[in-house]
Amino acid sequence: MSKQVLQGTLDLMVLRTLEAMGPQHGFGLAKRILQVSEGMLDLNQGTLYPALLRLQQRGWIKSRWAVSDNNRKAKYYELTPRGRRQIACEAATWARTVSLMDRFLRNPAASEG
Amino acid sequence: MLGRLLSLVRRRRLDAELADELDFHVERLEAEHRARGLSSDEARRAARLDMGGITRVTEAYRDQHGIPFLETGWRNLRFGMRSLRRTPGVTAAVAATLAVGIGANAAIFALVNGVLLKPLPYPDPDSLVAVNHGMTGTADQLPSAPYLYFTYREENRTFAGVGLWTIRPANITGLDRPEQVQTLYVTSEILPILGIQPMLGRQFSQEDDSPDGASTVLLSYGYWQRRFGGDPSVIGRTLVLDGQLQDVIGVMPRGFRFLDNRIDVIAPFQLDRNQVTLGRYVFPSLARLKPGVTLADATADVSRMVPLAIDRFPPPPGYTRDRFARRPVTPRLTPLKQTVVGNIAGMLWVLMGALGLLLLIACANVANLLLVRTEGRQQELAIRAALGASRRRIAGELLVESTLLGLAGGALGLVLAQQVLYAVRALGPANLPRLEDITLDPVVLLFTLVLSLAAGVVFGVVPALRYANPQLSATLRSGGRTMSDSRQRHRARAALVMVQVAMALVLLVASGLMLRTFQALSRVDAGFVRPEEVQMVRIAIPFGDVPEPERATRMQHAILTRLEAVPGAVSAAFADIAPLDPGNGGSDTVLFVEGGAYAPGQARPLRRFEFISPGFFHTLGIPIVTGRDLTWSDLYDRRLVAVVSENLAREDWQSPAGAVGKRVRASPDDPWREIVGVVGNMRDNGMHLDPPPIVYFPALMDRFWSAPTLSFRSATFLIRSRRTATEGFLRDLHAAVWAVNGNLPLAEIRTLNEAYRRSLARTSFALVMLAMAGGMGLLLGAIGIYGVTAYVASQRTAEIGIRLALGARAGQVRRQFLREGMMLTAAGVMIGLVAAAALTRLMSSLLFGVNRLDPLTYILVTLVLVAVATLATYLPAWRASRNDPIEALRCG
Repeated sequence: MSKQVLQGTLDLMVLRTLEAMGPQHGFGLAKRILQVSEGMLDLNQGTLYPALLRLQQRGWIKSRWAVSDNNRKAKYYELTPRGRRQIACEAATWARTVSLMDRFLRNPAASEG
Repeated sequence: MLGRLLSLVRRRRLDAELADELDFHVERLEAEHRARGLSSDEARRAARLDMGGITRVTEAYRDQHGIPFLETGWRNLRFGMRSLRRTPGVTAAVAATLAVGIGANAAIFALVNGVLLKPLPYPDPDSLVAVNHGMTGTADQLPSAPYLYFTYREENRTFAGVGLWTIRPANITGLDRPEQVQTLYVTSEILPILGIQPMLGRQFSQEDDSPDGASTVLLSYGYWQRRFGGDPSVIGRTLVLDGQLQDVIGVMPRGFRFLDNRIDVIAPFQLDRNQVTLGRYVFPSLARLKPGVTLADATADVSRMVPLAIDRFPPPPGYTRDRFARRPVTPRLTPLKQTVVGNIAGMLWVLMGALGLLLLIACANVANLLLVRTEGRQQELAIRAALGASRRRIAGELLVESTLLGLAGGALGLVLAQQVLYAVRALGPANLPRLEDITLDPVVLLFTLVLSLAAGVVFGVVPALRYANPQLSATLRSGGRTMSDSRQRHRARAALVMVQVAMALVLLVASGLMLRTFQALSRVDAGFVRPEEVQMVRIAIPFGDVPEPERATRMQHAILTRLEAVPGAVSAAFADIAPLDPGNGGSDTVLFVEGGAYAPGQARPLRRFEFISPGFFHTLGIPIVTGRDLTWSDLYDRRLVAVVSENLAREDWQSPAGAVGKRVRASPDDPWREIVGVVGNMRDNGMHLDPPPIVYFPALMDRFWSAPTLSFRSATFLIRSRRTATEGFLRDLHAAVWAVNGNLPLAEIRTLNEAYRRSLARTSFALVMLAMAGGMGLLLGAIGIYGVTAYVASQRTAEIGIRLALGARAGQVRRQFLREGMMLTAAGVMIGLVAAAALTRLMSSLLFGVNRLDPLTYILVTLVLVAVATLATYLPAWRASRNDPIEALRCG
């Protein structure tokens, strides 16, 4: 699989990770996404931080400064109620897309037609 | 969106927060690496590598939190200003070049806009039409006539109003000194048609315009200010106009202009419907169309009415109605604006095209300058690209810089254009109509702004495309020390120079053709000689003072005698109309020739009639080909004589000698008049047109045009003298006239040379403008070639040094540069010749006596251009070849 992040999927990954882990800082998010993707997705920081800002601007997540486990100030991100709704919505869209693509890839008629 | 706007303000804080956040990220990465057993230095390094470029992240983050367009725009603007200030020389050169290019275009556009595009200054100007007529068989245009006016007024279905007007000089006496004023005579409809109310007082009523109405007059704002100091109590006072008392009933508003005519007073026509006969096509007419009516509808309506008019009015004595019914006039309605503007559109568009080319040349030059300047900044750009500036951002900065330059050039250009327009309005070149409408109005300002921005983009896009994406490694590695230029790098500049040369050639050909036209016109035999020695003044003898025609002529004779006695005067004469008067063409009419047979319906050619005193030909220097001049006894004894021009004699009788003794008349019930002399032709319509066939009649005659006695009270006096136009001479002339009658004003004081120059004015204006454009184009083209050669030479200093060190001779080096320069010039010249051959088609209406493909012009222009280009190439080549090889190698 390409290491390039598919446009629009990063947002859902971030939201879903925050949903699963609760409030988390940027470093933690990056690490978690790397883990979950089993090393297939090496997230560029130039993509992650702007994405976090974008999600904040849309009101899906919010941030606050807190003290981290190693006793240092860090910026923590967490889901907003709107962000929670957005996950449901985007997950459904994504599932539809996957099943649609799946049909095209499996069905020989589609590729020959 | 609001959040984004806010973040523009909070940027500094956001940046700091991001830095903290990223620091944290890096620290954690470092900690992990240490945990894996790396030393702290190695861990830090590994963490940095994992992180990628911090700058790049910051940039991406900023793009997300701001409004990229606004913010980068502002940033680019500041950056652009800073970098322009760093190179003041180039900036000034560019701004000045652009100022000339944009200024010239702004000025010519102001002319085009003021003369051609702006609507006339009347309400709803598009429904105003000029009502003219044609006659089958002749191309000439006839104005309207009283019998047509009355019929149109009573029977039309398409006009909201229709009226007649005419302008004549009239004398005003009874004020401190006599004065000749331009008087506009109108029927009562004209001012309401134009939609203009007097500023003070009232308009003409139907009664004012009726033949037994009171004598009333309206003043123009200018005349009211000049003669009455703007006194509002002038209404109700009386003026003596041509010896008649007239009540002042109103003053026109300040901005009022009647079409394109300067007028002082307005008086009602007072036509008597009962006296109107068929014919008399001497009065212009205008009308306002009803809403929704098209020009075609109105034309059809007029066609319908012409036969009605012929039935309705009696023929003049000596004519039959049948004559008019057989050859009815045909309608020729034109939008009023077209009549006012005339045929100047072609010239203005040609000039606009020429100056547009000049601007393109200027842009090419500026693009070249900027290429060189950007080249010098390559290091800087490469470093910034390496540090993470995106291609878009660098291109954006370069474009903003060039746009700033464009705007600066535009602002300077406007200042320049304003000066040009002052001059144009003051000098009134080329008989330009609507001078008052030629201003830097918002439309012109907008045009200039768009032009400046467009110019900025045009010359900015070349360096932006070329350098936005520098080859980092190559540029950085070479450390600014480039050896010879790559061919590819050179190509953009070469193409620009070629285009410049080509366009400069087109402009030079255009101005060359104009110069040849001017030469041809100046060489044309006008008919008269040494026009600078002929003083002209117009004097009108009022009917009120001297009612009898013969007494008026005797007074004119007395004036002539006095004028000839003025010190320095050689001879003097008068004529009803001055030579080269632009209004001459309209008065041409049919001449009946004894024994001349014309098939019914065949058009008789129109001839010009002039009514002259003896000595007219002698004063103007027109040769008498055969026969004799008129004499005073021809006038006073009412001899039935006439003189014709040589071309008329050849047309009707094959030779000048054949004309003498033949007989002609102006209308079928006049007696025949014998031709006693044939004189040389005179180009009375202007030097670019063939001389019209002219019949000269004595200025005092019986039974002419059915009038018992005809004299010409308003006449132009011509005095030949070496002292023309000097103050002393003019004072002597006044004294001579006033010795005869102290009430006579002298008007239209000018020399024949002024009229002659005026007839060439349009050509000389086009010539001056094109010559300036051509000269500037040549100069800019030369600078372009010089710049490129000099730049290439400086880039190749090291190479030249090596070659000189290895034994190449200076001449060889020079020749190489010359060859390259000449290749460019030759290519440019080829393109330019083809373009010129195609483009000069557009200016063929401006040319006279020269073919638009005139080989001499093309060859000379090419030679001049090649010579200048060679010089522009040679100078830098010569300098390069004198390089000291040691010096060159050390510093190159």
